[in-house]
Amino acid sequence: MGEETKTKILREVRKDFLQELLKKGKRFDERNMNDWRPVEVQKGAIKSAEGSALAEIGGTKVVAAVKFGIMTPFPDRPNEGVFMTGAEFVPFASPGFETGPPGEDAIEFARVVDRGIRSAEVIDVSKFFIEEGKVLGLFLDLWVLDYCGNLMDTGSLAACAALLDAKVPKIEDGNIVRGEYVGGLDMKYKPLTTSFIKVGNHFLMDPSRDEEYAKDMTLTIGSVEGKVASIQKSGDAGLSKDNVLELVDVAFEKSDELRKYL
Amino acid sequence: MEKPELIKDGKRLDGRTPKDIRPLRIEAGVLNEAEGSALVEWGGNKVLAGVYGPRECIPRHLSDPYKARLKVRYTMAPFCSPGEHSRSGPNRRSIEISKVIREAFEPVVMTHLFPRSQIEVYIEVLQAEGGTRVASLTAAAVALADAGIPMKDMVSAIAVGKLDGQVVVDLGKDEDNYGESDVPMAITHRGKEIVLLQMDGLLSREELAQNLDDAIEGCEKVYEIQADALRKTYEKEERGKLKL
Repeated sequence: MGEETKTKILREVRKDFLQELLKKGKRFDERNMNDWRPVEVQKGAIKSAEGSALAEIGGTKVVAAVKFGIMTPFPDRPNEGVFMTGAEFVPFASPGFETGPPGEDAIEFARVVDRGIRSAEVIDVSKFFIEEGKVLGLFLDLWVLDYCGNLMDTGSLAACAALLDAKVPKIEDGNIVRGEYVGGLDMKYKPLTTSFIKVGNHFLMDPSRDEEYAKDMTLTIGSVEGKVASIQKSGDAGLSKDNVLELVDVAFEKSDELRKYL
Repeated sequence: MEKPELIKDGKRLDGRTPKDIRPLRIEAGVLNEAEGSALVEWGGNKVLAGVYGPRECIPRHLSDPYKARLKVRYTMAPFCSPGEHSRSGPNRRSIEISKVIREAFEPVVMTHLFPRSQIEVYIEVLQAEGGTRVASLTAAAVALADAGIPMKDMVSAIAVGKLDGQVVVDLGKDEDNYGESDVPMAITHRGKEIVLLQMDGLLSREELAQNLDDAIEGCEKVYEIQADALRKTYEKEERGKLKL
C-alpha cells in the first residue's frame, strides 16, 4: 500500500474515532477542549544568533533565531528598518514533509507568525535607521524540527521568546560590530497565537497531529495583552460570528497561560 | 582578521593539546516524528540528524530493483554562523558535502535488504564552529542506528590537519580558516575502512601518514561516545526530548 493511501485511510479512521469521543466530551489524550499540552521554552538555544529559543508544545518543536544584518530600506519607508520572517519545515520533522523550496503551508506559517508581531508594532523599526540608504534588518527564522500538531502556536511562542532573548548589535561606521550589543529589543507586548480546530460542532484548542487529521478548519488568533493582533482562518469549512467571538475570549485567557513560560 | 598564532607553548587557541578533541556530546532519539534521530554537540557545533525509511521510493523511476536508494541531505541553517545571516536551502558546498556523506554510508548500510525503497537521512546544522561535515556524519550514523537501519559497521568521523607546522586532531573554526591543512575523514569501527576522505592544504607524505594514524585514533574516541549514546536510548523513559 502506498504511503499516500495509508495516510488517507488512517485519517478517516482517526476522524471517526475522534468524533465519537467528542460526543462524550473527550479528546484522544483526555484533555479538556481548551487545555494546552505540556509546554517548554529554552531561551538562548542557538549561540550563533543574536536571539534564539527552542519552544515545545506537546512534542512539536520549533527553533526561532534572530539575526541582524545591514540592509537597504524599502523605497517607501526610507527611515525604517526591515523585519523579515522565514520558515523551514525541516524534512526530518514529519514523514509528510518534503525537500525543496517552502510550500504554501510553510509560507502561511511564517506569514501568520510575522503578522502577529508586525501588526501589534511590537518592534519599533524606526530605531533601526542607521544613515541614508542604510538600515538594520532583523531576520527571524522559524525552523520546524518536530511536527506533532499545532505548529502555529509553537512557532509564535518560539518567535516571541527569541525576540525577548535578542540583543541589538552595536553599529560603528555603518557596520555591525559582531559580539557587541547596545541592549534588548524593548518590546511593547508579548504577541502569541492561540489556535483552534473545528471538528463537527466542536472547537478544540492546541490540536495534536492526530486531531488535525479530523479538522474541518483552523482558526488562529494572535493576541497581545487584551487585544486581537491577527487572525487567520485556514481550511475548507466556515464558522459563525459567535464562534469567532467566543474563541477570542478563550484566546485571551489561554495565551496568558503561555506567557508565563516566556 | 589577521592570522592568529595557532599553537603557543604546545597549546592550541582553546588550550587543547594537539591530540585533544573538543567536548563531544551525542544524544539519540531526540525527536518524536523521525524514525531515528541524533543531536551532536561538538565544540560550538550543534547538528541534528533525522532518518526515515526504508519507505517507498519517490520518484518511483529512481528506485533500484536490487537495493534501497540512500538519500542524504546536509544543510546549514541561515543563523548557524556568528557572522552574516545567510540564504537558506542547499548550495554548491552543501550538495557536495551531502554527496560525500552519502558515499561514506553506502558501503555500510545494508541497502540490498530493501530493494525499490529509499532511506532518507536529513542533517541540519543549527550552529557551526568548524568541522560541520564530520559532526554531521557522526550524527547521521547514530540516527541511522537509532532508526534500526541494518548496518555492517559503525561510522565515525573526525577532521585532522596541520597548524603552524604541527599535526593536530579535530580542527576548530579558526584552525580550519588559518591552518595549513584540513583533512576530514570517516572510518568504519571494525573494518577500519576509510569511507570519507578529503583534504586541502599542503602536507608531506609523512605528515599525511601521521594524520591518518591520528584520525583512526580520534575516531575511536568518537565511536565510544556514539555507542554510549545508542546504549542510553534503551534506558530512556521517554523519546523525543531535545535539549539544545
